Amino acid sequence: MKLEQLLVDLTSAPGVSGREQRVTSVLVDFLKTGDAKSWVTEVRTDALGNLIMYKAGSAPNPPRIMFAAHTDEIGLIVTEVKDGFLRFAPVGGVDVRVLLAQEVVVHGKRDIPGIIGAKPPHIQDPDESNESVKIEDMLIDTGLPADELKAQVSVGDFVTIRRELIALRNSTFSGKALDDRAGVLALVECLRRLNGFAHEADVYCVATTQEEVGLRGALVSAFGVEPDVGIAVDVTHGSIPGLAEHEAFDLGKGPVLAVGPQVHPKVLGQLKASAEEAGVSYRIEPSPYPGGTDTYAIQMVREGVPTALVSIPLKYMHTSVETVSIKDIQDTGRLLAQFVMDLDSKFVEGLKCFWKS
Amino acid sequence: MLLEELSNLNGVSGREDEVRSFIYQRVLELADEVRFDALGSLIAVKRPNAPGPVVMLSAHMDEVGLMVTGIDKSGMLRFSPVGSIDQRVLVSKPVVVGKDRIRGVIGSKPIHLQKRDEQKKPIDIESLFIDIGAGSKEDAEKAVKPGDVAAFDTKAGLFGQGCFKGKALDDRVGCAVLLRLLEMDFDFPLYFAFTVQEEIGARGARTAAYHIKPSVALVFEGTSAGDVPDAKEHKISTRLRKGPAITFMDRSVVVNRALFKRLREVAESEGIQYQLRQMTTGGTDAGPISLSHTGVPTGVISVPCRYIHSPVSVLDLQDFEETVRLAAAVLQSIAEKGVPTE
Amino acid sequence: MKDLIKKLTAVSAPSGFEDEIREVIKKEIEGYCDEIKVDALGNLIAIRHGGGAKIQLAAHMDEIGMIATDIDEKGFIRFSNVGGVSPHRLYGHRVRFTNGVVGTIGSEKIEDIKKLSLDKLFIDIGAKNREEAREKVSIGDCATYLHGFDDLGKRVVAKSMDDRVGCAVLIEAMRRTKECKNEVYCTFTVQEEVGLRGAATSAFGIDPDVGIAIDVTLTGDTPEAERMAVALGKGAAIKVKDQSLIAHPRVKQFLVDLAEKNGVQYQLEVLTAGGTDSGAIHKTRSGVPSGVISIPCRYVHCPSEMVDLDDVEEAVKLVSLVMSTDVSKALS
Repeated sequence: MKLEQLLVDLTSAPGVSGREQRVTSVLVDFLKTGDAKSWVTEVRTDALGNLIMYKAGSAPNPPRIMFAAHTDEIGLIVTEVKDGFLRFAPVGGVDVRVLLAQEVVVHGKRDIPGIIGAKPPHIQDPDESNESVKIEDMLIDTGLPADELKAQVSVGDFVTIRRELIALRNSTFSGKALDDRAGVLALVECLRRLNGFAHEADVYCVATTQEEVGLRGALVSAFGVEPDVGIAVDVTHGSIPGLAEHEAFDLGKGPVLAVGPQVHPKVLGQLKASAEEAGVSYRIEPSPYPGGTDTYAIQMVREGVPTALVSIPLKYMHTSVETVSIKDIQDTGRLLAQFVMDLDSKFVEGLKCFWKS
Repeated sequence: MLLEELSNLNGVSGREDEVRSFIYQRVLELADEVRFDALGSLIAVKRPNAPGPVVMLSAHMDEVGLMVTGIDKSGMLRFSPVGSIDQRVLVSKPVVVGKDRIRGVIGSKPIHLQKRDEQKKPIDIESLFIDIGAGSKEDAEKAVKPGDVAAFDTKAGLFGQGCFKGKALDDRVGCAVLLRLLEMDFDFPLYFAFTVQEEIGARGARTAAYHIKPSVALVFEGTSAGDVPDAKEHKISTRLRKGPAITFMDRSVVVNRALFKRLREVAESEGIQYQLRQMTTGGTDAGPISLSHTGVPTGVISVPCRYIHSPVSVLDLQDFEETVRLAAAVLQSIAEKGVPTE
Repeated sequence: MKDLIKKLTAVSAPSGFEDEIREVIKKEIEGYCDEIKVDALGNLIAIRHGGGAKIQLAAHMDEIGMIATDIDEKGFIRFSNVGGVSPHRLYGHRVRFTNGVVGTIGSEKIEDIKKLSLDKLFIDIGAKNREEAREKVSIGDCATYLHGFDDLGKRVVAKSMDDRVGCAVLIEAMRRTKECKNEVYCTFTVQEEVGLRGAATSAFGIDPDVGIAIDVTLTGDTPEAERMAVALGKGAAIKVKDQSLIAHPRVKQFLVDLAEKNGVQYQLEVLTAGGTDSGAIHKTRSGVPSGVISIPCRYVHCPSEMVDLDDVEEAVKLVSLVMSTDVSKALS
């Protein structure tokens, strides 16, 4: 199935925050081939590498809707090339404890396989082995001799985790960077569903950069796009043992809509209505502190943007075995497409009518 | 009484509806134009087309509160704070939940059933819950839902001698200052921004300032007064009955030197007793306003309040009146002498 | 260059109180630019015309410091921080207020040095009581470290190398560059240490095509230092990443190519903590491709910061090359 193949291609492309070009290329190439060519009016990149996939609306003065999903993944950056080994630092919120014994790819002059190691247990002090290894004490071993390594890898080169997408039961997939390539896929699915349908609104599906290091891509792309409504499509925690019922959501039961200060109540209302119209089941997630996703950035651009957050449940966030259900991605794409179809100028004008609240 | 009405309204960050409606009714009569921005900030404008510097006054409508994050099997509500609240003030307080103001209490294990060492430690927010008297999850769901916000259930009113008590004095007192200034007239475009979401990152001020493009701005706040016995002198910051507090620096802004000087000069020439806000921690709407576009000289004038960010705060009404008086005099000085430059 | 660095580091100008250093820098650049202006926050903006792409170069004028918050009845002055000042690097140091008054930092009795915090410290200006102290210092007055400039030969040490050495590099580059091939906005920014504030507003006004900050960076070349590949004497550092910015790949490559083609000694830099003006510039409006040229510096945010003059020279060369090379061609 085409969607699954695109998910494989997206997650295998390396794209640590600030170096997302290879992931963006996958999207650009995809939208140049076969049916997909007609899904968009124009594709362009902005100053910080955000990919703006634009589809024109039919209205003379169309309302502008921006969807944002981030292409960047958390990863590592080389800080030292010494004695045939590499030292590194995190890029984005990496859980250091999952790194030991991980296989990686070092993106130097060419892609070089590596392994994250540290002092072997029998050389450690007895109390050292009771504590997690600190990232400063880890190294990447490439098996290359020191001078060859120096020629291929420099300080500042980026490193990704090596993991192929694994198909599990019940249409679920596990791998790295599903946060937020799953969201990006939902945007593509939305464009696919809008193909051949008329809609008033201009649609800007933005594959944003540098979300994991501070929502930077969303901030500048929203400034450029100037949307009337902005919706980020990201991931939220999937249910696993040890989490309270209200902290996570089951996979396969549809997208999750956030409620809280970063969500405009009328945009949320419309999302719920569109979900019902499209037959998409959804869950509600209380979000007391506005932060942590592109929504937070888009909402405060220029004079402010009415925003909302749609999330795909994902287990084991920020590890290399992030797990999602393809059904949730499809349902999210369906919801977004319906939302676009339902959007008109009257709705957008009403977003600033606070006296009727 | 204006302060009483404002304090009793509920406006947890992101759900400022009650406060916004109340203020909207009041400003309709007084302002030439009323606008809203995408986040829900209310901007009242007087003389938008007058010549002269564009002046922005700002006070935030939102207060810290709680958000219901889940309902457990027994009908108890789990919650998270919205904005920064000292967890220790929560236990054993009444709250009201949601638009319909469902009454509830924040309960915890009674002292009789606690172990000795439990009593010494503050109660972890994870073990607190809101009890609305529901018998089960289904029962609770008839009245509330996850995402609803809860505010402290406090009745505002006069207190002691010349004092006033109530919740959310940070920053309903600032809103009250703005509403009083709206009754006056000045010869330049004056924008009254009643902002949202200050307590969670000064977000409404940022978008409001972008829209207004001011030449100078003044923020009115309720700021922490630490004048209680046992407090170390140098940590008190502001005191009740010593007049409005003028900020020279906080976490979000280093107040423009010329503007800071002008505020003090005006206070001195009008014979208004004032104090300096002595602590430099805490951010305000002044941060994003001062960094809007190519930069805006922005000052902060605050009414000292004891016990802010808790279910009940206290201020002195004379401090409030003097703050209004100082603000009016500063605006008059801008009309006469323009925006202060070094 | 030594004299220029000495002159700039001698001024006490913490964030928000940059008037004096702005005047000093203005005098140094007069005659080396086509226009000078000062914006609402106090940024000093010097424009060199040359046509083509708009480049914003940014070096910050402000330094970290202390601000007086209370004067007690015995004349001791309590204070808070302006920017990243650590209590462990204050205890026992001599400080100077911007009005010239000198004091020393003392502390309440400390049982556990790990628990040392700013609110346990105070400044002693030798006053006998509150009245005497008030004659010299007011609440809201600012102070900085007092430590002067010392010439160690190839290396020099002073307070506020962060970022007066960056300002010196920019000034010297302005003097040496005879012909600009870009519209260059040399901004001496304010309030970097309290949140990159001057850079944000100046970039909004300028709306540049490219942004390059000139600031100090840490080194990993002292005993048992935090691991870092940057070292004194290895050249100007070209930044790849810090907490505030991931340098645009083409800007970083442009700087590397420029250095290699022109024999400028450089080293690549990853800083795991800290930020620079480019952190604000790159997020302005709809985004600005940005990078940083760093001067390696030991003991940043301590009273004695040390730089290597060869590194400084390489940085000057690189900045000058940026000004005199058509950037639009390189980045298209």
